Amino acid sequence: MSAFRAILAKDLRVELRTLESVPAMALFAVTTFVLFRFGLDRDSLAGGLAGGVLLATILFAAIVAVNRLFVAEREQGGFDAIRLAPVDAVALWAAKAVALVIYLAAFELVAVPIFAAFFLDSWAGIGPLVAILALADLGLGAVGALVSSLAASSRARDLVGPLVLLPLLVPVMIASAKGAEQLLAAGGPSYSGLGKWLAILALYDLTFAAIGFAVFDFVIED
Amino acid sequence: MPALPLHEAGKYVAAAYIVFLVLLAVYVAIMAAKVARIDRELGELAELAEARERERSGEREEVAA
Amino acid sequence: MKVPSVPSPRTTAIAAVALLAAGYSLVFFYAPNDADQGFIQKIFYLHVPLAICALLGFILAGIHSIRHLQTGDAKHDARSYVSIHISVIFGVAVLATGAIWARASWGKWWVWQEPTLVSFLIVFLLYCTYYPLRYAIADRDRQARYASVFAITAGAFVPLNFVAVRLAQPLVHPRVFATANGGLPASMLFTFLVCLAAMALLWITLVRFELAAKSSAGRLRRLRRALDGDLGLAGGSRIAPAVPPRAAGPS
Repeated sequence: MSAFRAILAKDLRVELRTLESVPAMALFAVTTFVLFRFGLDRDSLAGGLAGGVLLATILFAAIVAVNRLFVAEREQGGFDAIRLAPVDAVALWAAKAVALVIYLAAFELVAVPIFAAFFLDSWAGIGPLVAILALADLGLGAVGALVSSLAASSRARDLVGPLVLLPLLVPVMIASAKGAEQLLAAGGPSYSGLGKWLAILALYDLTFAAIGFAVFDFVIED
Repeated sequence: MPALPLHEAGKYVAAAYIVFLVLLAVYVAIMAAKVARIDRELGELAELAEARERERSGEREEVAA
Repeated sequence: MKVPSVPSPRTTAIAAVALLAAGYSLVFFYAPNDADQGFIQKIFYLHVPLAICALLGFILAGIHSIRHLQTGDAKHDARSYVSIHISVIFGVAVLATGAIWARASWGKWWVWQEPTLVSFLIVFLLYCTYYPLRYAIADRDRQARYASVFAITAGAFVPLNFVAVRLAQPLVHPRVFATANGGLPASMLFTFLVCLAAMALLWITLVRFELAAKSSAGRLRRLRRALDGDLGLAGGSRIAPAVPPRAAGPS
């Protein structure tokens, strides 16, 4: 447990520089939204289009974070340290996953209000949207940490990581987008059937958390 | 959508089955080439081994003589 | 005590060809035409067995990978790799025949409204990344281990993905490939099952031949190394795992 906390603290402080990154995250979000505004030639969004733009932006931020997740371990022999220490290798995976979740949550805290200000007519659906984004972040964290560790020891890791990651994230995208579509609908949020999407996200999160937990030892061992 | 008339539909069905057969044939051809190469190299190695055998038995004869 | 032995690769090959011939004869001479789609529906007997075998192959690869991680024996890694390889090839056939079917019945080469075809595309894309992942890891041991981790993760992903995509379809939209309104009539079902069994045998045949070829290539390399000291032509592929002796099973 203490190894988990130590790695997590180090990552949030040093690697992802979460608090220090807030201005950079805000800049990234604003610029991406401007690109979408012109790319789609729309200045207000609702329903599926709104959900899609928001989730795509979050996905971009996730890819950037995933590529940086194991940088220190790779360059300074962190994998060896975990192998030698009397610590469960899974603590490393869990710490990385949680770090990624926290990073994404911080990003969303900044990006969602800006998104609402830029594109939405009403903020009514934003509250329940948080639940969807939270579940999506958990899935992104679990899978992102696993894939990042696989790509970390490979050549062209910045390519292999996202290449393997993106298809795996399609169910997250589907469920989150469908949920967001309902919540950001033009006539106001609708809640019927929302449970279905939350359930899929929860199932996804549980499945890949279990898998990460089960296989990560084999990623570390030499 | 209404079903296509037979002469139209036939072409698509034929195309699908032909695509399958072509893929299968290409795979078999690639495998055959791989196996042929393995065979050829086995032949080379067998010759190499026999040549060495002959040398060794040639040496033994010289020593014995 | 006599130990039952696995049929030889030649037997499976002959059985596969025989069953394929039987199955597709049934398709064209026995099975009735579909009421809605007409003659086009005949593609169903080719496309769906290919898809089912590919998907089961991916899941089977995940199972081989679990055993690989448990035992550390490289032969399971070889089986996993070959299962994925053959299933990806089947996947190409699935997408091609699916596109032809879509074009014939819907007028477009691709339809997003057919949930199984779309899910299959996503799964196919995922397994295509298996090759660059393996290729990018130089150390053989680590490559095999990480490939197994990938195969297990991807295997778990397959059912989840199908559920998610299916639920994303609006219920009102008719399935493009729906065959008959209330289940298949018995003659069609029988024909379908024969074609499915034939495709499964074909899959097994190709996997076994691929494994046998790898095993021979591996033995060749060892022989050359023993005789020559250098590897010559048979340098070995960077990513295809070497099959240890007798990994292909009795042949």
